[in-house]
Amino acid sequence: MTYALVDCNSFYASCERVFRPDLKNVPVVVLSNNDGCVVALSKEAKNIGIKMCEPWFKIKDSFSKKGGVAFSSNYELYADISTRVMQTLEGLTPRMEIYSIDEAFLDLSGINFCTDLKEFGYECQERVRCWTGMPVRVGIGPTKTLAKAASYGAKKYSATQGVVDLSKLERQRKLMSIMPVGEVWGVGSKLRKHLNKMGITTALELADTDIKLIRRRFSIVLERTVMELRGYPCIGLEEHPTTKKEIVVSRTFGKKVTTLESINEAISDYAARAAEKLRHEKQYCRVVSVFMRTNPFRLQDQQYSNILSYRLNTPTNDTRDILYATRKLSKKIYKKGYNFIKAGVMLSDFYDKGIYQSDFFIPECKRPKSEKLMETIDKINGTGEVKVTFAAQGIKKPWSMQRYLQSPKYTTNWNDLLVVR
Amino acid sequence: MVVKYLGDTSEGDFPLAEIPYFLNKVRVGWPSPADDYIERPIDLNEYLIKNPAATYFVRVSGDSMVDAFIGDGAILIVDRSVEPKHKSIVIAAINGSYTCKRLLTKPKVCLASENSKYAPIFIKEDEELEIAGVVIAAINTY
Repeated sequence: MTYALVDCNSFYASCERVFRPDLKNVPVVVLSNNDGCVVALSKEAKNIGIKMCEPWFKIKDSFSKKGGVAFSSNYELYADISTRVMQTLEGLTPRMEIYSIDEAFLDLSGINFCTDLKEFGYECQERVRCWTGMPVRVGIGPTKTLAKAASYGAKKYSATQGVVDLSKLERQRKLMSIMPVGEVWGVGSKLRKHLNKMGITTALELADTDIKLIRRRFSIVLERTVMELRGYPCIGLEEHPTTKKEIVVSRTFGKKVTTLESINEAISDYAARAAEKLRHEKQYCRVVSVFMRTNPFRLQDQQYSNILSYRLNTPTNDTRDILYATRKLSKKIYKKGYNFIKAGVMLSDFYDKGIYQSDFFIPECKRPKSEKLMETIDKINGTGEVKVTFAAQGIKKPWSMQRYLQSPKYTTNWNDLLVVR
Repeated sequence: MVVKYLGDTSEGDFPLAEIPYFLNKVRVGWPSPADDYIERPIDLNEYLIKNPAATYFVRVSGDSMVDAFIGDGAILIVDRSVEPKHKSIVIAAINGSYTCKRLLTKPKVCLASENSKYAPIFIKEDEELEIAGVVIAAINTY
């Protein structure tokens, strides 16, 4: 087998640059919801000492003085550019797996017979940069874990120009000998500490550890990782995204919320969004949960956090049923006198259409028009901004997110197109 | 066990499908002769966009390209995967912002306006010219 991992460089920050040539070589950061903290940063921002997760209010002044530019997250833009990158990659290989918003595994089996793999990597890089404006790096290896390791090498060492090919054993061992074990795909911080205690600090040391010992001390999952580091493919491509098991929509409020009325509005709004996602997945849910909490960083405030679930008689994907449930739930867990900062809705226990055990004693509510109505609402709202809402979702939405520094939605809104002279 | 006949399942449960153009309701007697000739309605995207992953829309401000039939407010369709050539209309980065001009590579590389009011912008030899795509169509609305 031969796999390539194509990974976008500082994805969110690079998206902000696609329509802004003036930001080339300028430090760029992207902020979390409500402009709370840094969630993505360009290489230049990293070089002037900005770190991931830093609170924005702390670095705001010094960052701007150094010529940096900050953006509120613009997920509409990021999603569109991600789709374009993936479409471009699909034209390069017959089999691929979209691993996340900014990463994809390509199956290069067969390609290695007709092209030099490193050359293929550079071509891939150039194609994506030209078509979409997104800089990417390419890691190539005989297993997915080694492709991931190659991508780490491409990121870490600029001499590689963003392409590393680990087809050859001695190159694999050379890179692994200088790669911290915590950087290996599938090794989290807990596992890393455990391995460090055993004296395993590099990827190579992990690859050379006795496989029986790994299985005894850890799990089959780490055993697979070790086999993959040794070049035996154990993890295949997942070409078809697995159906979701649950859908969560939650947001931090733009400002603290105290009344049941406004928290209900916010929760109804999240519920409507969650129901829309559920229909997009072509699933029906049976369990609806609502949660809300206060701000744990406001030490002067009384703290409260709670979650409650409701089980519906029959699975549904009708927004009206879900709103009925969330309304009941939020009324039950809401408490007066607290400053709420976050709330959310979770849908779970999914069924395919028509596949569930109905209750003999409860007559199934038949609403032949439900499906058509939801389909129509989704169609109208699908054209961009939300146009049809349930009254429960509120109109002014004073609790909604604040994104003061958001860039235009260049590719998804006619009013936001790039203007050229 | 007693079985009660409640009635036939109603045929009204199946709403009419959305069908483009021409289709008449089938009546007893003579079917519509047009039924076999239904086609998808014409789609402008199909005509204008060859490579969706690499195609963007931008809006024009100003009159520097009027002689190429690109007016103020026109929407341009830009394909980043098309290779720019001599005389292509391109989107290029000049002084940190994108501009729409005609690329000329002979006798000297320059970005020319399509309006005699504006002088061409020459690119010096050591200067890098960043081209962000080729304009493949312009939409003017009247």
